[in-house]
Amino acid sequence: MKHRGIAFLLTMAGLIVLVTGMLGCKESTASPLPPKQRLRVATTTSLYDTGLWGYLEPMFEEKYEVEMDVMHTGTGIALEYGRRGDVDVITVHSKAREEQFVAEGYGVERVPFAYNHFLIVGPPSDPADIKGVSPEEASKKLIETGSGSFVSRGDDSGTHSKEKAIWKKAGYDYETVQKAGDWYIEAGRGMGPTLLMASEKQAYTLSDMGTFLSYKGKIELVPIVDRGNILLNVYSAIAVNPEKNPKTNIEMANNLIDFLTSPEIQELIGNYGVKNYGMQLFTPCAGAEPTG
Amino acid sequence: MMEIWHGITKAAELLTTFDPEVMDIAGRSLRISVTSSLLASLVCLPIASLIHFHSFPGKKFLISLIQTFFSVPTVAVGLFVFVLFSRAGPLGGMNLLFTPTVMVIGQALLITPILLGLTISALSGVDKALVDTARSLGANGFQTAIAVLREARFAVMAAVIMAFGRAISEVGLVIMVGGNIRGFTRVITTAISLETSKGDLELSIALGIILLLIALVINLALSRIQQR
Repeated sequence: MKHRGIAFLLTMAGLIVLVTGMLGCKESTASPLPPKQRLRVATTTSLYDTGLWGYLEPMFEEKYEVEMDVMHTGTGIALEYGRRGDVDVITVHSKAREEQFVAEGYGVERVPFAYNHFLIVGPPSDPADIKGVSPEEASKKLIETGSGSFVSRGDDSGTHSKEKAIWKKAGYDYETVQKAGDWYIEAGRGMGPTLLMASEKQAYTLSDMGTFLSYKGKIELVPIVDRGNILLNVYSAIAVNPEKNPKTNIEMANNLIDFLTSPEIQELIGNYGVKNYGMQLFTPCAGAEPTG
Repeated sequence: MMEIWHGITKAAELLTTFDPEVMDIAGRSLRISVTSSLLASLVCLPIASLIHFHSFPGKKFLISLIQTFFSVPTVAVGLFVFVLFSRAGPLGGMNLLFTPTVMVIGQALLITPILLGLTISALSGVDKALVDTARSLGANGFQTAIAVLREARFAVMAAVIMAFGRAISEVGLVIMVGGNIRGFTRVITTAISLETSKGDLELSIALGIILLLIALVINLALSRIQQR
């Protein structure tokens, strides 16, 4: 009896040694993390999906010898990460909510660094016949005639905030829009999945220019409405305020903002994607609010 | 449906060329889930034995409660761990949010009920006569427990494999507490979720196949150990 018990214990011990041994091997083959500083950035999906962060990240990491952790989420959760002090800096695109974030003392300062435009995209057949009209008129036509479906982000992101602002300007209460009928679909996903869904359903949706261009080959949607001051889409960087969250890396966060607004990087942002998409994805605007 | 076929060929291609990014992601998935399963097993197997070998008031209710937590949504565990380790949370000072460590902790928590519940039922499956025989031969409590555990080893191993499976296959928890950071906290499941959202279905399917292959290797290794 006793021997069997010991045999079993030995088997278990052997198993543990084996598995931890495997772990050890794995650990040693992977590159060990250097004792670098880390900078945590929460960014809106549109800056990530277009590949802009993937392009800028290595340059920043090299220049400041820092390891950058990029979390790509909607503006809503990015702001929440900032409030909780879970990230050091955020790059988002929802002016009113950013101003509130700074006013509440969670952010140091709102620094715009680039902009482009939103556009309403939809099926080439344009069932609601809204091509070329203003965004407000397009909204009105969609809700009054119900002749085309609309996929909303529905995730409290910057794009979703913009969509709500357009409904408001067109004279509709957002709650009425939500209940207006089956044509209004709330996806609750990021920009990419929302575009894919709109394409599957041959519906309209509001997209930022960058994500639309980078998904162009995968979807059957075309630009429908792309004119109107309300479609201006400004990206800004905000360092999380160390007064509210003392443990955040404010020094490196400021480095990132200086980096993004430096003439050299501003030029790179302006040229980013021109080769692949045949047009400018982002217009640089270091530190100043663009007017459209 | 062609995507599935393309996914299979893509998986073969990624594996045979040792694609560095895929190897990195797969290795991380394996490390994190093996560690969490091992940690949770080391804690849960003894506790499950304690529960099984002692009678106390409320034992049945406790077991029902443990089994209820089999159904806990992974995102709910994720939310709990997030709130716990967020800088504004009680353990925020440890600075662990968005690291692989917190992913291990989250997965270990997630599979604890499965390990406890299934180990208890594995032990219950052992013939009561074994306990009586061991006792009559003069075995003490610990020795008896070892004898029973040994008898139930196949079912206990099944519990561990099940727990590992739940750990490596889930996405809601690791994306919430890990943040899906490229090269740091991105694992197979969160990579699938990202690639699908980017519309790259082939790569997603290939990654899914690679995850299953990892599970196959782990299962083969464990069954060899069992047969010794």
